[in-house]
This record gives sequence, structure tokens and C-alpha cells, in this order.
Amino acid sequence: MSHISPVLWQFLVKWMTDFSLFPPEASKIAPQMDALYFFMVLVSLIGLTLVILLVVAFSLLYNKRRHPVAVQIEGSTLLEATWTIIPLGLFLVMFVWGALIYFRVYTPPNNAMNVYVVGKQWMWKAEHPGGQHEINALHVPINEPVQITLISEDVFHSFSIPAFRVKREAIPGRYTSVWFEATKVGKYHLFCTQYCGTDHSHMIGWVYAMTPDDYQKWLNSSTSGSSLAQNGERLFASLSCSACHNSRPDARGPNLVGVYGSKLTLTDGSSITVDDAYLRQAILNPSQHVTQGYAPIMPTYQGQISEEGVIDLVQYIKNLDTDYRLKQTTTTTTLLPESQGKATSAAKGMVKQ
Amino acid sequence: MPENTAIAGATEVEGHHEHPPYQRHHFETMGQQNDATNFAMWLFLLTEIMFFGGLFTAYLIYRNWYYPAFVQGSHQLSIFWGTLNTAVLITSSFTMAMGVWCAEMRKKSALVLCLVLTFVLGLVFLGIKSIEYHEKWEKHHVPGLRYNLDSFLNPASDHEVYQEYHDKPLPLDMARHTELYFFLYFAMTGMHALHMIIGIGILTFMIIQAQRGAYTTGHVTFVENFGLYWHFVDIIWIFLFPLLYLISRHAN
Amino acid sequence: MSDTIVVLPDQATARLPKTNYLNKENGLLSWLLTGDHKRIAILYLISITFFFFIGGALASLIRLELLTPQSDLMATDTYNKVFSMHGIIMIFFFLVPSVPATIGNFFIPMMLGAKDLALPKINLLSWYLYMAAGTLAIYSMIVGGVDTGWTFTTPLSTHYVNTHVITTGLAVFIAGFSSIFTGLNFIVTIHKMRAPGMTWFRMPLFVWSHYAASILMVLGTPVLAIALVLIVLERTIGIGVFDPTKGGDPLLFQHLFWFYSHPAVYIMILPGMGVISEVISTFSRKRVFGYTAVAFSSVAIAVFGFFVWAHHMFIMGISNYAVLVFSLLTMLVAVPSAIKIFNWAFTLYKGSVTFETPMLYAFGFMGLFTIGGLTGVFLGTAGTDIHLTETYFIVAHFHFVMVGGMLMAFLSGIHFYWPKMTGRMYPEKISQLAAVVTFIGFNFTFFPQFILGTLGMPRRYASYPPEFQVLNVFSTAGASILGVGYLLPVLYLTWSLKYGAIAGNNPWQATGLEWQTQSPPLTENFTEIPIVDHEAYDYEWLERQKEKEVASA
Repeated sequence: MSHISPVLWQFLVKWMTDFSLFPPEASKIAPQMDALYFFMVLVSLIGLTLVILLVVAFSLLYNKRRHPVAVQIEGSTLLEATWTIIPLGLFLVMFVWGALIYFRVYTPPNNAMNVYVVGKQWMWKAEHPGGQHEINALHVPINEPVQITLISEDVFHSFSIPAFRVKREAIPGRYTSVWFEATKVGKYHLFCTQYCGTDHSHMIGWVYAMTPDDYQKWLNSSTSGSSLAQNGERLFASLSCSACHNSRPDARGPNLVGVYGSKLTLTDGSSITVDDAYLRQAILNPSQHVTQGYAPIMPTYQGQISEEGVIDLVQYIKNLDTDYRLKQTTTTTTLLPESQGKATSAAKGMVKQ
Repeated sequence: MPENTAIAGATEVEGHHEHPPYQRHHFETMGQQNDATNFAMWLFLLTEIMFFGGLFTAYLIYRNWYYPAFVQGSHQLSIFWGTLNTAVLITSSFTMAMGVWCAEMRKKSALVLCLVLTFVLGLVFLGIKSIEYHEKWEKHHVPGLRYNLDSFLNPASDHEVYQEYHDKPLPLDMARHTELYFFLYFAMTGMHALHMIIGIGILTFMIIQAQRGAYTTGHVTFVENFGLYWHFVDIIWIFLFPLLYLISRHAN
Repeated sequence: MSDTIVVLPDQATARLPKTNYLNKENGLLSWLLTGDHKRIAILYLISITFFFFIGGALASLIRLELLTPQSDLMATDTYNKVFSMHGIIMIFFFLVPSVPATIGNFFIPMMLGAKDLALPKINLLSWYLYMAAGTLAIYSMIVGGVDTGWTFTTPLSTHYVNTHVITTGLAVFIAGFSSIFTGLNFIVTIHKMRAPGMTWFRMPLFVWSHYAASILMVLGTPVLAIALVLIVLERTIGIGVFDPTKGGDPLLFQHLFWFYSHPAVYIMILPGMGVISEVISTFSRKRVFGYTAVAFSSVAIAVFGFFVWAHHMFIMGISNYAVLVFSLLTMLVAVPSAIKIFNWAFTLYKGSVTFETPMLYAFGFMGLFTIGGLTGVFLGTAGTDIHLTETYFIVAHFHFVMVGGMLMAFLSGIHFYWPKMTGRMYPEKISQLAAVVTFIGFNFTFFPQFILGTLGMPRRYASYPPEFQVLNVFSTAGASILGVGYLLPVLYLTWSLKYGAIAGNNPWQATGLEWQTQSPPLTENFTEIPIVDHEAYDYEWLERQKEKEVASA
């Protein structure tokens, strides 16, 4: 050993210790997915061993020296059926098991807290409901379901946390979502796994899973002063949405109070449950999403509001439980002198023209 | 074609090793050669269907999503020119079919006449198409290059169309999607026109060859296969015409 | 009893046949204007080897860059161009034409007892299209390359990169037509050019697998073509069909692209499976076990292959129920491959097995393809796909199938058919060594990538977290072994053109019609068209033939 230079030795030691073979299991779904993974590994190993055994055994038993004259055999329907039905059965087991896990990963529970994540070349921007913004980092509490609502500002990205075994593409123009429940405090990799251009490999960050107390502390320390809903409220005012959506009986636009989660009937007769995706569409492509009884007069805001701005508006509308807030907005914007200042600060949700 | 196989069969009876000059060396019989080339043509048309299939899929999806835009977009197309063009193309298919028959019957001058007629009708089709394209250019309805939403945001400004259909103004977001309609219109009819141009090119070559009597000696596979191609291009149009011009034209 | 089946003519007196397809006509023009499927196959062989080594050079650049966690050998955008061009060249210019355009082109007419493919001019045209496309691809690489990945994902490829997407897209478009014409030619030939007595179920399995692959080429490739046309239009005039800000849908591109590119995977692997059937039968002196099952499994792969494309989009937000359907269909398409593997294994049973180089490569194929196929099931299973997709797991998976499967099959086939194509044997010992080196190098290179993928290392990363380095070093080390394994055959096969032993008509004592003629064959393949009165792989028929020859001599 003395021949090995100390530098090289140190390097080797560092190398062999800073090295892993299996990712940490840090979410509720991880052990479930790994169970299926190991089942599949096991089946594959058995299958592979079987093939190797057959090939090696037949090669040894029937090599030319030992078995100079081949015996011609047509085939065997029984054997064909065996190796059709057994693999098919195993594959079907994997299919059902996999489908169950798939549905679990992409069906968020109702009580999940929601974090919005916007992907753009080449960063992840996370927005917590309280208005905390992070770039290439995501703080989440453990033992609490967290839903990530994803959208991309430009190209396809993919939001991947290997330690949680979850991944979802962030697609331009539509929301996608995924959820997880972290189980272990720690710092985990966050990757963009869909190739997205030059700095694709730098679109990485960390996920910090924290105890609920630490998470609360973090929330308090990194607050930006106003929640997403409050930002949305300002944007709502500065875009003059309240000119039509003002809950008055003669309003030109539908009442937005309590609209989130309700069932709407649209002009074409179809009914739809109002969710994030619907609200986003109704802001950007209003004419296709007109509530029955209203004229299609709403202008499109496509190109005028950034994805973050849309998220703020969605959060605002989501939180309109009573019409108190809405009326307040209407009055503040028309009456209060500082509304001018508010409108400018809200303009950060708007695309610079 | 049955007559044709019979002819090939007759040649074969005369002597196995005396091939007609147009039989390629690697085929055993004329029948085999004709079968093979015909079959190849059908397969090629199958790939063409898949090629257009991608565009038809896009059309179906977007039409479903942006129905009002597609309706008003179709109002901008001229039924008159479209119908006339359909008639022209069907007639050209007829002259082409006649051409194949003439070749089989070894009527040389009739074959040349049929091919020339097909050629002319093909050119007429392209001429009418270019009139329509020009109209789109004038009205700023060429997506990407020269596009303007006036006819959809303010239909009354577009007098001729407005008089006929009395379109209501489209909201801005929907009006923007008319660009997709026109893109599909140009992509589909453009691809179709490209096939016509290739066809007309081959027709020119065929007219010269037919004049020299190349197709009236009993070997008609080339004419036959070209006929298949020409009919295929015709059939594509038969699908394009209703999809782009006719469907839901009077929906509102 | 010797442990080889090779029977060579007496080298002291043996000569290559006086006239054959190689020396019938001379001069460059006689090659460039040839209609002979064998000469076109040789043209293809030279060109795809060229492209393989360009793709290979790019691969070694990738592996060198990944030796360290930082992107220090090249900038990230250079790396992106390198892996994009590696993918484009290897897939469209090597894997898709590899076995079909060379071995398939050369031997399908011979196996069927025909003088040529049905459409020789189209065959030559398809080589010219291939060369035009290849030139365009190389040109676009020289003037700056493309960094979209081989998947041309929109809207990245249409609005967010300013590299040579149009040129490369056009190159792939043209290469697509080359592939369509090859497939079309094969289908017509198989339908219409079979010799008297050559019924569908007397055809070698090589022909069956090419038939299946050709169906995929003919029906799938045009869809890729139209998708590329739309990309080019989107880039040039901005028509918005895939642009979400204009109301287009980027997922539509994914659907169109994978509608071709999933079947393309089977275009790449099916012809390889055909080679393996021939080789395993010949070196076990036995009919392929369950001939009909193997034949139909090829067709089943072709049919099911068209209905599984959306399994590339499980995490892209297609509906959960669509995922169910596509995952289920993916499970179904896995079964025919399993059937083939077991049938090949049982072909050895009670055979008389020898271990010449093609057989070693075939064994390598069976092991590696089994791993590649089974890991494909991990990705077809919706649940595990979430974790494993877009990581090195998927990279390892398709390299096991494409390189471990198709390339092994290609090398197996090249060694197997070399004596027939050139009239000379390759040197046996060194080629056995090359086969073993390739197998070892391959596993070293790609097995660590399964672990990397499970750890979550994303694909297409120029730099990566340091804890992934150990496995990446293993992978790069393996790649250098693999490189040696691929260079060796080029050297000794070239050597053998001049110095190899004279092979004679049928060195392997194989049963196919292609082996009953002289090597290298005549331009017209057969002096007279054979009349087929026996099944494929009928070794007893072969024995009787030999006895007849002895009797008549």
C-alpha cells in the first residue's frame, strides 16, 4: 500500500465512500414503488438465469463433440403455450401493480398543500401559497402531502425528485401535477430530466424536507410580505378584472366568489368543475370557456400575464370564499389614492410589453 | 389487369426465353413483373395515406378544439372555385382512366390525347388553386407570413363574405386560432398541389414517351401505375374539399 | 470428432469463382449505376460502417466528458450537440438501415430464389437518398450541428434553439424515404418474387422478420416525415401548429413522433432477430424450434408495435386511462420477444452445437437482449416508469436492445455471411476474441448505467452530482474496451479480403438457398431458378443433396 501515493489513496477513499447504489427512500410512495421495482428485478433475474442456464446447459450437453448428430424437432405446442402464458401472466401482474402505483402518484389527496412550480430555461421557480418564492430549491414539510402544480414558460421540462420517486413533465400551456409525502428530513436532489436546451444539466436544485416546525420557521423567515392570493388581488385590480367580475347583480362577468371547485355549465352546454387548469384557460382563452348566461366579451390575457401572474390570479380566485374581499378590492381600486402604487407593484405579474 | 395478363401469358407460350424488350431481366414472366410493380404502387400509396394521415389528425384535433374559428375560416374559402376545381379534377381522373384503357387497347393517338387532356386539366386545377392562394394573400390570410385578423374580429369589414354569412365577430383568442385553420388549409392543399405538380411532371414525360409509342405495345404497367397515383391524388382532394370548404359552413 | 462444422475446399487448389457479382463489371461507374442488390448491399455496408464510426467517435466524446462530474472537456452546448448527433447518426444512419440494407438487401432475393429485388432501380435510389441524407447530416454537423436531441422535441426544436434544425430535419426526412423504399421493395419482393415451391412457411425466418420490419417502415416512416415537415414549416414561417402560445399542441408532435419512433425500435431490432434465427439454426444443425411461433411473433411485434407509442409519454400528462391502455398493450408486445428467446434456446436442445464467431455473437445477443427486453418492461409498467424514465436507466435499456441486441446481431450476421459475400473466410480465432471483448466491454459500459438510472441520474446531462462519478468511470472504462471490440473486426475483415481462406460454396453447411450457390455469387444469383421442395432449415435435405452430388460426381 505504501507504493500508492497518498493523494491517490485519498482520492480512492473519497471515491469509494462518496458513492451510492440505491437512492434514499424519502417519501411515502418510495417503498411502494421499490417493492414493485424489486419484484421486477427478481422476476428479471429469474428469467435471465433461466435463459442463461438453458443456453449453457444445452451448449454443454449437445455440443458437437458430445452430440454429433442433431435430432430434428419441430417444436412443441405445450412449451410454446408455457412460455407465452407464464411471461404474459407475470407481465400482467406488473401491469396491474404498476397501474395502481401510477394512479397513486398522480392522484393528489384533497388535503394536500399546493406549491406551484414554474419551469423555465434553466431554473425551477417554486411559489408557496404564502408568497415565498424560491429558485432551484423547494422546502417542504415531512409527513404532509404536498401537491406540486407544474407549468413551463417555454419548453418541456421535467420535475424529478429521485429520492421521492416522483417525476412529472412541466409542459408549456397546461398545468400538470404530482404529489408526494416526504417521510425523512434531509436534502435531496431536484433534477430537470427532460432535455431542455443548453443548460439542461444546470437546471438542478435541492429539495429540503423539514420537520413541520422547521418548515414553519422557514416560511416565516422567507416571507416576501404578501401571499400569492394577495399578489393576485393586486393584479386583479390593476387589470380591472373587477370592472366585470364584481359580484353585483348586474355584473357583466360571472361572480367569482366560491367559484373554485364548483360545477359550471358553459355556453356550449358542457359542464365542468372549476380547477386551476380551467381558471387558467378562462383567463387566457376566455371565449372557449364562457359560463352559460354570459356574453363572450372577456378579452384574452394571453401574452399579457406571466405564468406567475396567472398563478397569483388563480390563487386569489381560489381563496375568494365570501364576496367581502372582492368588494373591498373593487372599492379600494376606485377610491383609495394609493391604488396607483399598488397597481404598479402588481405589474410584476404582468409581462413587460 | 386481366387483358394484360392474358397478353403476357401469350408471350410466354411462344417461348420462355424470348422476353419482350420491356421485361426486366430479373422477372420470370411479364405477369410477375406487372404484379410486382402494381403491388409496389399500392404500397407506395399506402405510405402516402400515412403521410397525409398526420395532417388529417392535426385537422381533426384542432377543428374539435377551435370549432368557431374553423367555421369562420371556411367561410373565407370560395365554394365556387372549390367546386369547379373538384369537377376539373374528377374529369382529369376520367381522362386518365380513359388513357389507361387506350393504352391497353393500343390506341396510340387516343392515348396521347387523353394524357394531354389530363395534363391540361391538371394545370387548370393548379391555376384555379393559385387564384385562390392569391386571394388569400391579398386578404392577408397567409399564416406566418402575412396574417391579419380583421375578417374575424370585424366580419362586417369583409363585405362579400359578410353579406353571405353574417358572421358574428370572434373574440380575439378564438380569432387567433383561425391562423391554425389557414395553416392546415395551406399545408393540406399545398401538399396536395405538390403531388399534382409531381404528377404533371411525370405526365410530360409520359406524353413524349406515348408519342413514341412506348405504351401501346402491350406493356401498360407504367401508365396503369401512374393512373393509380393520379386517382389517389384525386381522392385526397375528395377528402380535402368537404373538410376544408363544406363541413359546418352554415353552423352559425 | 472435430468441434467445428466449417468445411473448406482444399486451399492449395481452391480459387474464387471466375465470374461473380464483384468482377462481372469493373470501374466505379459500374458500381454507382448498378441495379444488382448485392452490389447495392456492399455500397450500403461501406456507408453504414462509415456512419457507425462517426457515431462511435461521438459516443466516445460523450463518455470522455462524463468521466468527471463537471463539464470540463467541452461546454454544455457542445455536449448537447455531440449527443444529439450521436443519436441521429446512430439511429437514422446506422441502426435503421444496418441489417436490412446490407444483409437483407444481399440475401432476401437469394433466400427466396429470386434474381434480384423486385425494384432494382428503387433499391439504388434508396441508397442515393441515404447518401444524400447522410451528406446533409454531416454537413449540418460541420457547419455547427444541432442540439435538439434525436427526438426534435417541440417547442424546443422550433422556437428555442438556433442550431441547424432544418438541415438535420431534412436529412432525417430524406433518410426516411430511403427506408420507406427499402421496406417497400422487400414487401413486394417477398410477395411476388418467391421461387416456385417457396411457400410462405418455407421461407427462412430471416425473411419473416424482414417482412415484419418492412411493414413498420412503410407505414410508420411517412408519419415521421410529415412531423418533420411541420417542424421545418414552424421554424421557417412560424405557423404555430405545435406552439402553445398560438393554440397549437406540443403533445401532438410527441404523438406523431412516437407513432413512428416506437415502431422504429422494432424496425431496428426485428432484422437482427432474423439473423439470430439463421445463425442459431446453422450452428446447432437443427431446425429452429417452433418455426411458426417465431414467424408469427415477428408479425405480432409489427402489429402490436403500432399501438404502444404513447408509453413514451406516461409522465407527460396524457390521461391516466390512456396510460392504462398503452401500458397494457406494452405488456402484450413484450410477450413475442420472450417467445423468440425461448425458442432460440430450445433450438440448441438435442442439436449439435458448435461455437464459431457468429454463434458467439448470437449468444451475446440472447443474453443482452434478454436484459434489454426485461428492463423495457420496467419502463412499460406505468408505476416504475415514473421513477426510471428520462434517466440513465432508459439509456442503458435501449443500448442493451440496440447495441447489445442489434449491433451484436449485425456483427453475427456480417461474420456469418462474410464468406458468401466475399468468398473468403474471416480469421476465426481473433474474431472469437473480438466477440468476447465486445461482450465484456458492452456490459462494463452499460450495466453501471442501470444503477445510475435507478439512482436518478438524468439523461442528456453534461455535468452531474459527484456521487455518480464512480459508476460513470466504470462506464467510460468499459466503453474503451468496447471500442477495441468494434475496431478489431474492421481490421481483420479488411485483411481477410485478400488473405482469408477460400470459403467455397457452403462453409457452414447451411441449408438456405443462398448457400447452395457459388461464393461470391453470380450477378444473377442462380444459373437457373431453384425449385423449392423442402422446408427451411431442413438439414436432412442438405445431406441428401450432398449424397446426390457425390453420386453424380
